[in-house]
Amino acid sequence: MADFTSGFWNWYIFILLVLSFAFCFALIIWMSRGKRPAKVETMGHVWDGDLAEYNNPLPMWWLYMFYITLVFGIVYLLLYPGSGVYGGLLKWSGVGQWQKEVDRAEAKFGPLYDKYRGQDLKAVAADDEANRMGRRLYMTYCTSCHGSDAGGGPGYPNLRDGDWLYGGQPEQIKTTIAAGRLGVMPAWGAMLGVDGVLNVSEYVLSLSGRKVNADAAAAGKEKFQQICAACHGADGKGNQALGAPNLTDNVWLYGGSQQAVIKTITEGRNGRMPAHGEFLGEAKVHLLAAYVYSLSNQPEAKAAK
Amino acid sequence: MTGKRNSGKDGDPGDSGRPDKDKLYVPSLVEAQAEVSAKRPRTDRDAPKTEPSAGSRPHGGQRLATLAEADATTEALYARHKKVYPRQVHGFFADLRVLMVALTLGTFYGLPWLNWGADRQAFLIDLPGRKFNFFFWTFWPQDLFYLAVILILSALLLFFFTAIFGRVWCGFTCPQTVWTEVFLWIERKIDGDRMKQMKLARQPWNGEKVARRTAKYGAWVLFSLWTGFTFVGFFTPIRELAQAAFAFQLSAWETFWIFFYGFATFGNAGFLREQVCLYMCPYARFQGAMFDPNTLIISYDEKRGEPRGARGRVVDPKSQNLGDCIDCTLCVQVCPTGIDIRKGLQYQCIACAACVDVCDTVMDKMGYPRGLIRYTTENALEGKPSRILRPRVLVYGSLLAAIAVALVVSVLLRVPLDVDVVRDRNSLYRETNEGWIENVYTLRVLNMDDRPHRYRVSATGIDGLTLLTDVERLAIETGQVREIAVRLQADPAVLTERSTRVTFRVEAEDSPGLIATEEARFLGPGRL
Repeated sequence: MADFTSGFWNWYIFILLVLSFAFCFALIIWMSRGKRPAKVETMGHVWDGDLAEYNNPLPMWWLYMFYITLVFGIVYLLLYPGSGVYGGLLKWSGVGQWQKEVDRAEAKFGPLYDKYRGQDLKAVAADDEANRMGRRLYMTYCTSCHGSDAGGGPGYPNLRDGDWLYGGQPEQIKTTIAAGRLGVMPAWGAMLGVDGVLNVSEYVLSLSGRKVNADAAAAGKEKFQQICAACHGADGKGNQALGAPNLTDNVWLYGGSQQAVIKTITEGRNGRMPAHGEFLGEAKVHLLAAYVYSLSNQPEAKAAK
Repeated sequence: MTGKRNSGKDGDPGDSGRPDKDKLYVPSLVEAQAEVSAKRPRTDRDAPKTEPSAGSRPHGGQRLATLAEADATTEALYARHKKVYPRQVHGFFADLRVLMVALTLGTFYGLPWLNWGADRQAFLIDLPGRKFNFFFWTFWPQDLFYLAVILILSALLLFFFTAIFGRVWCGFTCPQTVWTEVFLWIERKIDGDRMKQMKLARQPWNGEKVARRTAKYGAWVLFSLWTGFTFVGFFTPIRELAQAAFAFQLSAWETFWIFFYGFATFGNAGFLREQVCLYMCPYARFQGAMFDPNTLIISYDEKRGEPRGARGRVVDPKSQNLGDCIDCTLCVQVCPTGIDIRKGLQYQCIACAACVDVCDTVMDKMGYPRGLIRYTTENALEGKPSRILRPRVLVYGSLLAAIAVALVVSVLLRVPLDVDVVRDRNSLYRETNEGWIENVYTLRVLNMDDRPHRYRVSATGIDGLTLLTDVERLAIETGQVREIAVRLQADPAVLTERSTRVTFRVEAEDSPGLIATEEARFLGPGRL
């Protein structure tokens, strides 16, 4: 009933409903007392030469069906919301039904999840059944960003390459899923200028072993040590505590072309991994973390088995 | 439907043929049409045969009488249901119907108990398991196509048989007819034949009536519940269902469907009976479109029978100016829909041929030739030759044969392997660090065979296309689906289009010929 700001429309519906029911009842009672000639007469319409419309009587049970339909309608509106002003004897609501189904699913599947909750994440990662459950959870909640093969996409980290922004230990993965992450790369375009950005990009690419202009890279190295090293480290290997990526492994979150790197340095980047802890609950996050861990730790996971 | 052949009977007949008021009287369309045609300009075909009164009718395009001008005597707009008490009948067609009842109901009640192999119900529609056992075959939701073909085939069969034989479906195989026949049999065993049933209905409630009614309804209810139980047995293993039923451990849905289907049987076969044919069945109404003058119908031979009238057995009817119809009204008494076939073809007639059987016995007794009421065609009644092979039949027949052959061939050639390709939606494509263009797909592979297989996945469509997957051995148990993530990598230099067609191919390593292919799109940056 909260859909409307005043009670007007509720009563509007209710009054229309009452009038409709009264009209239908009156019509049917009236028709049930109606008369027709005892002899079956034509209504005067003939088609195709010999197909004619006659006023044959309807079977009496049709009349009963009309009454049954009306009574059904009234009973329905007494039991369920629908009359505009009355919520129904059964106290049914869409939200209530949803909650009931969620509770039922919770009661049924909760124990399955809880079984793994207390186990060590590495052990869970080595468990086939847990992995299957984890994969289903992953397919439901994670694929829309990270892809069904967990290979990620532009701006969404690859989860299978063993390269981690915030650390690849099971507990770290679990924290990432539960609490989310906010990865901020500030924009340096204004400070470095066009040439400065170009030079730094040459240097950054050289860290991953790309072929670059040596002079520009040397100029860029200077700027890098002044500005970038604070987060990415003097050697460019990044800092997992801050989520600053390793720039030496030729893994590029936003693309490895020089164009993309220049854009990253000039405009900065904002990466946000939403927190799933409250939404999914501890047990599911536990399974998901184990599954994600198993993606890049196959041999270890198998060895643990 | 049409009743043109009866349009010449305007002058007569009604009054002698029409049962009196308190018997059931269903105004027939044909009778009504006769009235219409009497008021229309006459054509040669409609020319009156014998009735002198017909000539006195107006010839011009006269307006028909409307409601307002009609007779002052009135009745309610709704007619009370008058129960039809069909008299028991013996004869060829009655025996044929018993045979059909035994065949159809025997199949219905017996089939779920049949096992194929040790522990596999031969006919089981396993809804939770989403599969359908049909003897040695197993069908999956992916095979729904076959169901559609079978339904089309059934419809065509119905058209085909109707065009040739008229409403034989209604009279001999329709579930409504078949179950009603069993209920009538129970009713007759408990209450006796027509006259006793009518007497019992009239008499006040005494011990005998209560006893008989209890027995009858009790027997009906038992039979109905058995029917409901069998119905559910098509969907859930019937042996387990039987155990659960005897232990009172049926699930809520099983209980619901047993009682619901039982109730429907009880109501339809016990009470609604001919009302289903008259007021609910769409087939009764559209069959007219499939009839032509060569279609077999049940018809009273008016030329031979009229004028009707009672006479002694030894009297020569010609001397009394009488036809062969002795007006015994047995044809009306045996009719399960309560009509008088002598009024011509009517939509209420379900072609059960009860009137044919009973009239033949009467003709035998009178020493007249059989067939005053018989299976015949409109052409034959008019003395013209009837043709069986005609365009309508040939078209239905050839369609039927073509679809049936196609169905059998496609079922025999069916590959019990299904592949779906779902392209990842999170990104159009991605560039790998090595500079390849990569697309991600989920392959859903369903093993519909009756044994496990190991499959190999490959993809073609682009030069140098590489397929990568984490699953080294794609082994799938019988009846299982497996989803695998698959990456395709291509060299951007060879990708000339933004979207290129690629073909996935899944083949069993252990069984040659078990191959399924599915097309998908590979997206890239296009010509750079």
